Amino acid sequence: MAPSESMGVTSLAFQIGDCGGLRLEIAGARAVLRHSGALWLEAERTMVVADLHFEKGSSYAARFGQMLPPYDTRETLDRLERELAALSPATLVFLGDSFHDGAGEGRLPQEDRVRIAALALGRRLVWAVGNHDEDGPRALPGDVVDEAAIAGLTFRHEPLPGAQPGEVAGHLHPAAKVTSGRATVRRRCFVTDGTRLVLPAFGAFTGGLNILDQAFAPLFGGPALAAALGPRRVHAVGWKSLRPD
Amino acid sequence: MAEATALPPRFQEWFAARGWAPRPHQMAMVEKGRQGRDALLIAPTGGGKTLAGFLPSLIQLSERAPRNTPAGVHTLYISPLKALAVDIERNLATPIREMGLNIVAESRTGDTGEARKQRQRLRPPDILLTTPEQLALFCAWEGAREYFADLSCVIIDEAHALWPSKRGDLLSLGLARLQKFAPNMRRVGLSATVDDPGLVRRWLGRDAEGVDLVLGQGGAQPIVEVLVSDGRVPWAGHTAEHAMAEIYEIIKGAKTALVFVNTRFQAEFAFQELWKLNDDGLAIALHHGSLAAEQRRKVEAAMARGEIRAVVCTSTLDMGIDWGDVDLVIQLAAPKGASRMVQRIGRANHRLDEPSRAILAPANRFEYLECRAAADAILGGHLDGDPARTGTLDTLAQHIMGCACSEPFAPTELYDEVRTSGPYADLSWEDFETVVDFVSTGGYALRTYDKFRRIVPGQDGLWRARNAQAVLAHRMNVGAIVSPAMINVRIGGGKRPMGGRKVGEAEEGFFEQMKAGDTFIFAGQVWRFNSLVGADAFVTPSPDKDPMLPSWGGSKFPLSTYLAGRVRAMMHDECEWPALPPDVQEWLNYQKVRSIIPDQDEMLLETFPHGKRFHLVCYPFEGRLAHTTLAMLLTRRLDRLGVGPLGFVANDYAVAIWSLKPMDQLDLQELFAQDMLGDDLEAWLDESFLMKRAFKACALISGLIERRHPGMEKSGRQVTFSTDLIYDVLRRHQPDHLLLRCARADAATGSLDVARLGDLLARIGGGRIRHAALDHVSPFAVPIMLEIGRERAPGDAAGEMILAEAEEDLIAEAMA
Repeated sequence: MAPSESMGVTSLAFQIGDCGGLRLEIAGARAVLRHSGALWLEAERTMVVADLHFEKGSSYAARFGQMLPPYDTRETLDRLERELAALSPATLVFLGDSFHDGAGEGRLPQEDRVRIAALALGRRLVWAVGNHDEDGPRALPGDVVDEAAIAGLTFRHEPLPGAQPGEVAGHLHPAAKVTSGRATVRRRCFVTDGTRLVLPAFGAFTGGLNILDQAFAPLFGGPALAAALGPRRVHAVGWKSLRPD
Repeated sequence: MAEATALPPRFQEWFAARGWAPRPHQMAMVEKGRQGRDALLIAPTGGGKTLAGFLPSLIQLSERAPRNTPAGVHTLYISPLKALAVDIERNLATPIREMGLNIVAESRTGDTGEARKQRQRLRPPDILLTTPEQLALFCAWEGAREYFADLSCVIIDEAHALWPSKRGDLLSLGLARLQKFAPNMRRVGLSATVDDPGLVRRWLGRDAEGVDLVLGQGGAQPIVEVLVSDGRVPWAGHTAEHAMAEIYEIIKGAKTALVFVNTRFQAEFAFQELWKLNDDGLAIALHHGSLAAEQRRKVEAAMARGEIRAVVCTSTLDMGIDWGDVDLVIQLAAPKGASRMVQRIGRANHRLDEPSRAILAPANRFEYLECRAAADAILGGHLDGDPARTGTLDTLAQHIMGCACSEPFAPTELYDEVRTSGPYADLSWEDFETVVDFVSTGGYALRTYDKFRRIVPGQDGLWRARNAQAVLAHRMNVGAIVSPAMINVRIGGGKRPMGGRKVGEAEEGFFEQMKAGDTFIFAGQVWRFNSLVGADAFVTPSPDKDPMLPSWGGSKFPLSTYLAGRVRAMMHDECEWPALPPDVQEWLNYQKVRSIIPDQDEMLLETFPHGKRFHLVCYPFEGRLAHTTLAMLLTRRLDRLGVGPLGFVANDYAVAIWSLKPMDQLDLQELFAQDMLGDDLEAWLDESFLMKRAFKACALISGLIERRHPGMEKSGRQVTFSTDLIYDVLRRHQPDHLLLRCARADAATGSLDVARLGDLLARIGGGRIRHAALDHVSPFAVPIMLEIGRERAPGDAAGEMILAEAEEDLIAEAMA
């Protein structure tokens, strides 16, 4: 498809790939937005996921005495392992808020701890820290960083305001809402204007923030592209089709 | 009169001064009070039922010796409606004042001020008037046992409406608790006429036989007419629009009329239509659950003053205080159940010697038959039966947490106590233990939460709440009413609307389908929708006379089994036809010639081509809920058979499915085989949004998730992540979890009506499907065929379609 000026997006071209992923360039780097919510940089064999919020369920029990199902970590791990099996990345980047709180790592059931540690077998793990997990994991393998630079892109948890060419971030949990006739669908999504990217939250118990919310306004000069996650593929949604909550 | 002498002189004089004689059922209730017996009074409205309930307590309190220590609550009155509790407080004041009794009667509801609540805690009133939710709160009080030690009587009003629900479960558990605190406490139930008083007695009593039945005298036989406006009954529709002019004339001839409809949107529509005709400027008002509370109170007050000629209303006025001046009840569109109709007719003419007058206005031909059946049932005294009830476990979980908040409990003792509650009489120890474990740790196979328990067993073997925070969180979330997240409808426009006047509330889903500029009817006016900001929808009045009405799918009440049976019988029995209006007769005759009139115990199934599609229409008459479930399951099967089903509609009478390929050669007995309710149902259910909705309700009631949390104020709308996520994760990792069990049970009895569907499949098994392979639409099929295209099935596939459409829009945008 041709790049489009009329959308107010400069040089944004995309196509739907074989596995339902969306191929495009982010500040010149070739990328695939997967319908799992992961970002895939094939040239660097790097996979990126944001906002896993491991042990969010048990944090409610610890803080409020609310007994949510303690299975969110293994559900997130199931998804993660499926993607790893499909892509075999050499590097796996966590874009922050990997744990819902600083004590989350300590609450991991043994079985889940072993599974996370096993993610590091044959690959490098990079844990960017987020506001929920400022120190990053303590006992798990991998490098804990504030930011990472790969393929000319900068990976950090919280997107910075203003133009940030090449920034890949999470933190905001973007979600797109689309209405047609009498039905509405709300899905987690990527947001990009071709120069920067915000990833959807990957964790099982993570909600979404509508991308029409003002929190997104300082990031994009004009209308951006939402790539909404479907069960089999990513759907590119134009700004005009989006609805507020 | 022998009975009257049984009243103390003060009471006799009071009755005499009012020109009244005590009614036999009032004296019977006084007698039950003297004997200390539990009693259920069943009487029509207007028979002095409330006074009958209170008389024994008023007499006892008037005879008590003065004492030095302050007494506790003597009588606890529980009503399903806050407003009713407040009204009864006012109504009780009259006899207390006029007889000069030294009795304090006060209400306490969610709206009662803090100062008054504090005072009531320190100095309990003699008679406390409240709601089931407040009772659940009392049960969670520290010191509840002492507070209620003097309790002598509990009066449950509108018991017929309360018992078959989760509120009823919670209330029954609360009664069991109160009985422990006050072993001599007497239970009194007040109920409208019901089909099987035994079920209400079992619910109300401490054991099966313990409740005496007192029957009020029946009133005069009501006069019920089925309206055939302008000599015709339309083919299809839900609004009875055709009859509006005649209904307006009928209202003109009455003093005060209640116009009942089955949904809020029907109410808005009828209100709008009546005002278009209202050249005489009659005071016609509107009353339904979406209107702001103060607006509803205003209408009620104007009713009480006799200033209103007609109120268009929904089930919000099915019960409540008596208005003496109502002389006519109109039911627009079919009533769906005989009991509900009797209840509604009871709102007219509260003098027992005068007959109530009611007019039923059917909206289509099937509804004509249904209205006729309802009218016959009312005159014959036949009511719809409720199925017996088993107490729900999510509700039990809430109660157990409440008990722990109040005082430490021993599991075996609490188990015995719970089983004295009717709905829980057969509760197994295993289920009880499972619920206790759920309350404590969430009940997960993965024992992560043992260190965060909400309730903990002590060295003494007693269980108590973990800490003050757990207690507070419970108290903030008491109750078994789960309502959808509501949006405030406010007046305001422009880019940044400010909080304008609140017009009312609507379910969240209502505005999701709207875009700025859309017009709709709400609170009896046409509005323009401007924007949705947080929990507020901003609207401005619109001059538009023809708003784009949101669609409504007919009644939310399912057609009762009893009425359905009557309709089938009436259809089959040609001797009954001559009594029907000419166009209904003609319709039945056409059906006989062009298709088939089935036998009473058969189900008719028609197949025919229409347009470019093939259609299958069957007529089970089991109500919309059971039909929707049936349609979902049939569609799955037809899909497997390679017929290519494209869609379906279901109403109260029939199901229509259309497909790419013909369906007349299918093995129909096989298609409707009972094993449909096995794997197919399970597979579909797990993905169904109905299950997710049922799960959410169970999660809220059981305390798994909280509506409100101390220091974490969140509206239903802003929950950071939805219960759907929890449901999906739990279903994959622990499919036998207690709450999934609860949700399945609720969905099966409630929104899916699986029980009724099971009865149908059993009924039509063994060759009871009558198939008519036609080459054209049949007369019976016309109403449902007209509904095709108005509904779209929600679901995952539909969601993908929407996204695909949005993508096409994007491509168009990009290419422009």
